[in-house]
Amino acid sequence: MKRTTKDSEFSSRKISRRGLIMGGAQLAFVGALGLRMRYLQVDQADQFRMLAEENRINVRLLPPARGLMFDRNGALLAANEQNYKIVLVREDAGDVEEVLARLAQLVPLTEEDLERATREIYRRSPFVPVTVADRLRWEDISAVAVNAPALPGVTPEVGLSRGYPRGQDFAHVVGYVGPVSDYDLERLNDPDPLLQIPKFQIGKSGVEAKLEHELRGKAGHRRIEVNATGRVMRELDRIDGEPGANIQLSVDADLQNFIQARLAGESAAASVIDTETGDLLAIASSPSFDPNKFVRGISVADYSELTENKYRPLAGKAVQGTYPPGSTFKMVTALAALHDGVVSPEDTVYCPGYTYLGGRRFHCWKRGGHGNVNLHDSLMRSCDVYYYELAQRVGIEKISAMARLLGLGERHDLPMSAVAQGLAPTKDWKRERHGEGWQVGDTLNAAIGQGFVLASPLQLSIMAARLATGRSVTPRLVKSINGVEQPSHAGDSLGLNENLLRQVRRAMFDVSNSRRGTAFRSRIVEDAFRMAGKTGTSQVRSAVVRNQDVPWEQRDHALFVCFAPFDAPKIAVSVVVEHGGGGSKAAAPVARDIVLQALYGGLPPLAAYPAADHERIREMQRELPLRNPSSAEDGKDQA
Amino acid sequence: MSYLEYNLKTAPTGLSKIFHLNWPVILLLTAVSCVGFLMLFSVAGGSLTPWVEPQMKRFGLGMVLMFLVAMVPIWFWRNMAGVAYLGSLALLLLVELFGAVGMGAQRWIDLGFMRLQPSELTKFTLVMILAAYYDWLDVKKTSRPFWVIIPILLILVPTYLVLRQPDLGTAILLVAGGGIIMFLAGVSWYYFAGVVASGVGAITAVFKLRGTEWQFLKDYQYRRIDTFLDPSSDPLGAGYHITQSKIALGSGGWTGRGFMQGTQSRLNFLPEKHTDFIFTTLAEEFGFVGGISLLTLYTLIIFFCVISALRNKDRFSSLLTLGIAATFFLFFAVNMSMVMGLAPVVGVPLPLVSYGGSAMLVILVAFGLVQSAHVHRPR
Repeated sequence: MKRTTKDSEFSSRKISRRGLIMGGAQLAFVGALGLRMRYLQVDQADQFRMLAEENRINVRLLPPARGLMFDRNGALLAANEQNYKIVLVREDAGDVEEVLARLAQLVPLTEEDLERATREIYRRSPFVPVTVADRLRWEDISAVAVNAPALPGVTPEVGLSRGYPRGQDFAHVVGYVGPVSDYDLERLNDPDPLLQIPKFQIGKSGVEAKLEHELRGKAGHRRIEVNATGRVMRELDRIDGEPGANIQLSVDADLQNFIQARLAGESAAASVIDTETGDLLAIASSPSFDPNKFVRGISVADYSELTENKYRPLAGKAVQGTYPPGSTFKMVTALAALHDGVVSPEDTVYCPGYTYLGGRRFHCWKRGGHGNVNLHDSLMRSCDVYYYELAQRVGIEKISAMARLLGLGERHDLPMSAVAQGLAPTKDWKRERHGEGWQVGDTLNAAIGQGFVLASPLQLSIMAARLATGRSVTPRLVKSINGVEQPSHAGDSLGLNENLLRQVRRAMFDVSNSRRGTAFRSRIVEDAFRMAGKTGTSQVRSAVVRNQDVPWEQRDHALFVCFAPFDAPKIAVSVVVEHGGGGSKAAAPVARDIVLQALYGGLPPLAAYPAADHERIREMQRELPLRNPSSAEDGKDQA
Repeated sequence: MSYLEYNLKTAPTGLSKIFHLNWPVILLLTAVSCVGFLMLFSVAGGSLTPWVEPQMKRFGLGMVLMFLVAMVPIWFWRNMAGVAYLGSLALLLLVELFGAVGMGAQRWIDLGFMRLQPSELTKFTLVMILAAYYDWLDVKKTSRPFWVIIPILLILVPTYLVLRQPDLGTAILLVAGGGIIMFLAGVSWYYFAGVVASGVGAITAVFKLRGTEWQFLKDYQYRRIDTFLDPSSDPLGAGYHITQSKIALGSGGWTGRGFMQGTQSRLNFLPEKHTDFIFTTLAEEFGFVGGISLLTLYTLIIFFCVISALRNKDRFSSLLTLGIAATFFLFFAVNMSMVMGLAPVVGVPLPLVSYGGSAMLVILVAFGLVQSAHVHRPR
């Protein structure tokens, strides 16, 4: 093994040579690394710096406060209530189960709540706050705050959530909000980033939905620095959004409350319109529901109770419901015929209780007949045969045109859900819709507001207002947005003959003020507030049977339209009581109470009522489930 | 024996050896370690804990060990090469049997005061045994097949054990480091040409046969290769490391965001920010200038080692110094390539900068050997 010097020198030369090769290769590699570094850090620096900013900075939206809603007198209809909730951060809590168990002793938490919260807590990252309890009372929050040392990771928080202090009074008008759904996103096609916030509350029905854009406001945002797991490191800057617009509605909350209370127990609707401005003072539908339940997330039991109720509480019948207007339509037929000159107010028609047309017998509601009736008598006593005769003379097209002129068969532009168009039928419409020609019998039915004619309570109140003023009164629901008064529609003249109108109004006056009028029992005796109206009873079935003898669903709808005071009309009212029986019995008394309530601006004195009614009215006034005016202001009992 | 040829009279003795140490290398090692302390301090958000303090202690311990190793004559270490190699193999086996599982791989033995990673040790004991082997082997036999097979086996046994852990990074370093020593020792070019040719052939075959019944790798392994070649194909999965690390590097620019101002690494976008990916913090906070500076420090260490080796007439010392320098080079070259997206993510630390006890100690001890070779060189 002895190595010669030559070997050793040979080997060390070899090592030297290969060592230099290796060193050179290493140097080349280092050079490559340096170039790569230059490429990444210098040549592409801008691009990577931008990517880094994206990595680091996260923009979080700050939801704006939703606009409030008030009635015409400033009473709060839709509020943003302080919502006390409890959030829990897993990594701070330590033993989550133990902390939750302690928490359950302090605040009302059901097993279900706890289970849901626990699931959520473990699903999220440990530092994400999870809402454990929502909508707590101040006392609960205080209890949690006092026991804070025993509840690590638990923090009480205050947020805003929508509340409706007036409860069910405005459920159909104001509507309600709810968390945005996939369906909403598709439907709205709105790029507003706010909608991307999970569970962001948007209007689901009523004004809340129709004026969503105004109410929502503009999102603010804050830029925060986050790490790779999404933990917030610090806030970089913050730009507050614009709160939504406050909206003042034309409605009178107290009047609405009175009407809802008055209609309680019935499936009914009423509409009150200011004849001078077109302001809707009340637009009520009964039964109603508590919109606050929808905001909180309604239980399945509560919801099915609402959907299965045969009185249909979810439907806003005042604008969505359409009914055959019955005899309340007779003013339309009368005016159409009078204007056409086919009849004069003094002309009489003999009513034997029926008429024949093409072998078919058309009844008057009064079997015995009314004898000879002119315009005044026919309206006051609601003779059908008179209108059968007029209808044959004037024809359906002119009746329909008059109906539309008075606001029927037309969709009025109100920010409420599913505003119905109703129907003022024409020959073309029937051919298109049913593929059949128009029969004269159809005209006869239409003349007394039966058959194809359909109108909503809203439209009927507009009709009454237009009859009262001769102007095209158009309803207004939104009085002002953020203090900016919205245009009102007192309307131009309808171009109707004032003399003829006066005749019709006079007849309507006698409906409730003449002993022979159909609504005489619902008259107002206070001279300043006398009302003029028209009863209506629209048939749901064809056979003539006494209403008491048939099931509720088959009874007639009771209707009443009116305006008051007669001498200088201020308001027009329509009342529809579904399956209520006769208009004079079921609808007219309600309309009278509404008129008096509206004109007096509160519960009317008994002196306004006929003496015979005093006892009954006093009883009714005492028992009305009216909202306590003092609690109406803060609305805490509802929230 | 070759040490008989040393001119012992001129070799320094006693404490005077200190003056003959390769001081530039020591200073450079200290400088690099200080860069490491700074970066660990920054990554910890301006705190000495949890990383800087233990790292400094290990550096102190490693320096002491380095001086002790340097004081001992190089021929003693050459005689110990076999023992060291077998010892590290035994430790690798021990890990295999009793090792703790960290990050999905069995890598260390818990000694109580520190966790020992035998694979780190093996990188340098392999260099020692190969240097000793070629020192012992007659130069004329170097390229004979039988005498080539032996060092290949010496390399493959620990490589196999390391792969079992599994630790691909170390395995690559072992094979490459061992190969470099064989190359330095003068094994014929033909062998290397053969290895390269068969390697290219194998890679071609692997890709050509993909999707056929005879494919070599499992589908997920192909996907990993895809991810390396195009990190953006899987930005949140396996490509996440590479993409994020490139972003951090690139956002540093010329001069960086400034010390402690790095956002990417400090905000946890980077995985392993205190170990394998610590270079990204440096590059983000000190930019191109900082990165090139560190690269220069590393290159200078290699440079001084190569100079020392080339001027050393002792074959073992020469091979050992070059081998250790080459292994050290592989460390930072692979790590930086990985961080800069030039190589797949294989888990190789940045030497002396990355947090990690075993690597720090082992590297300093290895440079102790380099010092010993330098001090005790024949004159």
